[in-house]
Amino acid sequence: MTGSVSSSKVRTTLTIAVEGIEFDTQACMLRIKGRNVEENQYVKMGAYHTIDLELNRKFTLIKEYWDVIALERVEMACDPTQHADLGAVLLHEGLGHIILVTSSMTVVRAKIDMNVPRKRKGFCSQHDKGLLKFYDALIQGILRHINFDVIKCILIASPGFVKEQFCDYMFQQALKSDWKAITENKSKFVLVHSSSGHKHALKEVLADPTVTARLAETKAAGEVKALDTFFSVLQMEPDRAYYGIHHVEKASEASAVETLLVTDELFRSTDLPTRKKYVKLVESIKDNGGDVRVFSSLHVSGEQLGQLSGVAAILRFPMPEIDSEETDDSTESDEETFTS
Amino acid sequence: MARHRNYRNYAYEDDLSDDVFGHSVEDYDISVSPGTAEQFMFRRSNSRDPNLSAYMVDRCGRVEEEEEEDEDNDEDDPLTSLQDYRRPQLDPISEAKLSSCMDQLQSILGENLHEPTAVSAIVQCNYDVDRALDYIFSQEEKQDQRKNLDPFGTEGTYSHRKEKEDQVRHQPPVITHISRDSKKEGTADSTVSVVTPSKDKTIVGFATPIKKSRESSPDEPMEVQNELKPPEPGKTKGTGKSKEQVRAEAYEDYNKRCKGKILLNLVVIGHVDAGKSTLMGHLLYSLGDVSKKSMHKYEIESKKAGKASFAYAWVLDETGEERERGVTMDVGLTRFETDTKLVTLMDAPGHKDFIPNMITGAAQADVAILVVGSSTGEFESGFEAGGQTREHALLVRSLGVTQLIVAVNKLDNVGWSEDRYNHIVGKLKHFLKQAGFKDCDVAYVPCSGLTGENLVTPSTEPPLKQWYNGPTLLNTIDNFKPPKRELEKPFRFCVSDVYKGMGTGINASGKLEAGKLHSGDKIAVMPSGGHGLVKAFTIHDEPAQLACAGDHVTLTLSGLDTMHVGVGSVICPPSSPIKCTTKLKARILVFNIRIPITKGFTVLYHYKTLNEPAVIKRLCSVLHKSTGEVLQKKPRCLTKNSNAEVIIHTYRPVCVELYKDYKDLGRFMLRYSGETIAAGVVTETSLAIKDGSIAWQSTLSKEMSSTAGQNCFLFTLR
Repeated sequence: MTGSVSSSKVRTTLTIAVEGIEFDTQACMLRIKGRNVEENQYVKMGAYHTIDLELNRKFTLIKEYWDVIALERVEMACDPTQHADLGAVLLHEGLGHIILVTSSMTVVRAKIDMNVPRKRKGFCSQHDKGLLKFYDALIQGILRHINFDVIKCILIASPGFVKEQFCDYMFQQALKSDWKAITENKSKFVLVHSSSGHKHALKEVLADPTVTARLAETKAAGEVKALDTFFSVLQMEPDRAYYGIHHVEKASEASAVETLLVTDELFRSTDLPTRKKYVKLVESIKDNGGDVRVFSSLHVSGEQLGQLSGVAAILRFPMPEIDSEETDDSTESDEETFTS
Repeated sequence: MARHRNYRNYAYEDDLSDDVFGHSVEDYDISVSPGTAEQFMFRRSNSRDPNLSAYMVDRCGRVEEEEEEDEDNDEDDPLTSLQDYRRPQLDPISEAKLSSCMDQLQSILGENLHEPTAVSAIVQCNYDVDRALDYIFSQEEKQDQRKNLDPFGTEGTYSHRKEKEDQVRHQPPVITHISRDSKKEGTADSTVSVVTPSKDKTIVGFATPIKKSRESSPDEPMEVQNELKPPEPGKTKGTGKSKEQVRAEAYEDYNKRCKGKILLNLVVIGHVDAGKSTLMGHLLYSLGDVSKKSMHKYEIESKKAGKASFAYAWVLDETGEERERGVTMDVGLTRFETDTKLVTLMDAPGHKDFIPNMITGAAQADVAILVVGSSTGEFESGFEAGGQTREHALLVRSLGVTQLIVAVNKLDNVGWSEDRYNHIVGKLKHFLKQAGFKDCDVAYVPCSGLTGENLVTPSTEPPLKQWYNGPTLLNTIDNFKPPKRELEKPFRFCVSDVYKGMGTGINASGKLEAGKLHSGDKIAVMPSGGHGLVKAFTIHDEPAQLACAGDHVTLTLSGLDTMHVGVGSVICPPSSPIKCTTKLKARILVFNIRIPITKGFTVLYHYKTLNEPAVIKRLCSVLHKSTGEVLQKKPRCLTKNSNAEVIIHTYRPVCVELYKDYKDLGRFMLRYSGETIAAGVVTETSLAIKDGSIAWQSTLSKEMSSTAGQNCFLFTLR
């Protein structure tokens, strides 16, 4: 026998100089790592410690320099009215995504990818059976991953009639098996059209007029709308829409930027000069009366903007001269393609 | 479950208890660690690794034999000699020269390149690629003559047409060999003359007899291929008399099955409710492929459901959902025969939401019937923007269909009006010409699917007879020119459906796009990399021993896990597998789109039966529509109707072939939020991982690819 082990819990306040940050999108947990800078009775000075920051836990953040973006962030995060949680199920025959959309991120909670045999002459039973199995898996996913106490609305989106078929089947099964979570929240399910069951189809779903009416104020829907505007301007008047930091900076120098779209990823850059560069850009555009929209890189629209170099601008007036200038920006990405 | 598991086609019920369902791992955002990649990724052609094909140069004549008889036989295994091999010590400049020469040689010889031979050849020929190539060929010839185990021995090393012709002339055994066969066959006397080496035809094993019998149309000579042919393993060689006999019999059987007819894959397309299913259902009924009894059943049932007019459509729309809604959702597959053709019919859905399904059907087709409804307002709604008549026609053209029948349907609704018919034909003629169809390849047939006028027998309707006495729909189908098939290349089988069969093993149905397949062949499934065996297969529910390019086949596979095969997988020979990549360079033709394509566009990549999310990573250049000249480098965005070169990244590895190697397998479509935004052809692919960096694999040199690319780009090809 080894000696008995005793453990005790103590509540204490630590002050840590942050060295590393990790964010787990699945568990919604922020983990910070760093050295203790204020010694107390339990933790020595300079000792490494890791803390999980969770929702509804008080903490103080000390920063030497607060830029506009950071302040805005804090303000937004503390505003409970901005929170609107939304569930979405995107599906087509054989592929389904169960997605959670919160104010600042989109999380894929489950991806269900199953082979549904196709219809064959005289053998349709395998197709029907496979489809029901697929639906069963989806229902299990919904029961498991969607918390109906928090979520206000669940979008079921698919091409064709899959969504109707799925919903009918789900309510039927819910009645049979007495799944209260589904039967009691029947009104929360909304059927929307999408072109496929892939994740990026969420953009279409959020742009759907029936959905935008329901979640007009949420950030996700606003972002989708802003990006759509950018693309339509690019189509109609290519000289009024630019992307890439070089082009946008040129436009900003001429104080021509009406709306700036930028992903928050750029402000999380570990490289201080780049971070400062973007903050300066945002500040100067704000000073000139421009509108700045910071996209969350964890949303689908933000993801797309990220692919588009992370920064884009709609101008007040056309500036065709920018286009002709050769940029180094794209050459950088060239190399990336070949070596990544 | 580990995160590298493939969830697609995962049969959950097999090994999971009921409570493990969804998992919250988003698979494509997690990068694979180099160690894992090293362990699990399948490296196609890394010439430094001892790979399967590396030893084919030496002993290609015996590869087949060994594969079939005994794999463990490795007395003088070149694999070991390859491992011991060291590159000669060279100074940096020569080293660079050497590696560039090696690349070029590799691009010509593909995977059959035997590195030590090649290196010594290059050094001996003083870094001159052409001479080195000649040297290698002459070396191989010598070796083969020394070994001379099989009269077909040298076949696998052929890669250049000229050499091939020369060698055929040098090799009397070829002829004697075949004629021996033909004696055995007895009946197949026509094949003997074909096999004699002639100036413009090269005969590889048994390939030609089949070609001849199937492409028997006098006005369509076989396509003579001038391009570099990828080296192929001698797939058709027999190894012993008994085997040859079996093979010969197989061919005979096959010819019997075909009844000397030409195989044709036909897709029926058109706007939703144009009457596609009804038209084809009625045609099948008139041909006697649907029994009176079942037709009667459909009639009664559809009447009960209050949709009497859908009775014929129910022949092809078989699922409950389709019948209930009166809409085709997935491609209906069936077959019928005409006087000269064996037709595989695919009835595509017309509804906008099911275009992905329609693409899987159209990608397998050689020819198409475009059905347009002529009722008042119906033609217009299908033809104007937003209708599927245009989109479907453009899609099938981009997918390689050149011949088209336009069936002007529902003419009974407008009293068989000639004016209406001419109006529709006029409008379509103009549009189809723009879309890239030749006038002579488009036929127009007035008909009615519901009443069955002018389908199989000429119409008896007086108002129609007054102004039309042309061919019926069936006659027009019969008049299609036979499509070209790539029989002599390594086989490629695109899986469109996977299900559990009656017995053991997995059933995979799909279309054989190129080459030929025997039952008992070893296969590899890409992109999963699984290896297995074809246990048996059926063609249209009839057991068969041999399938050729163009056949719709259902394979029974053994030795494979269900996880390895999925819709969109490609089955190919293990010795020359299809290319697998996540990065590809392509020329695309942008359709009429609402928002411009920019860098970072997330699109759906449709390739054969597969659809996969992809990102347009880079816009390389905008090209001139007809000349292929670069108009603008690094454009900011691609606007409608432009021609461009782009780089596409997919999330998971996909199978692709270069357009110039396999025309049909080099085409793809890009869709974005329910619209088709572009059609493209693959010009270059990159190997997934090669020494930590990406290398573009282009089998042509720079200037060649630019000219060849122009010539073969699908929209300039007339």
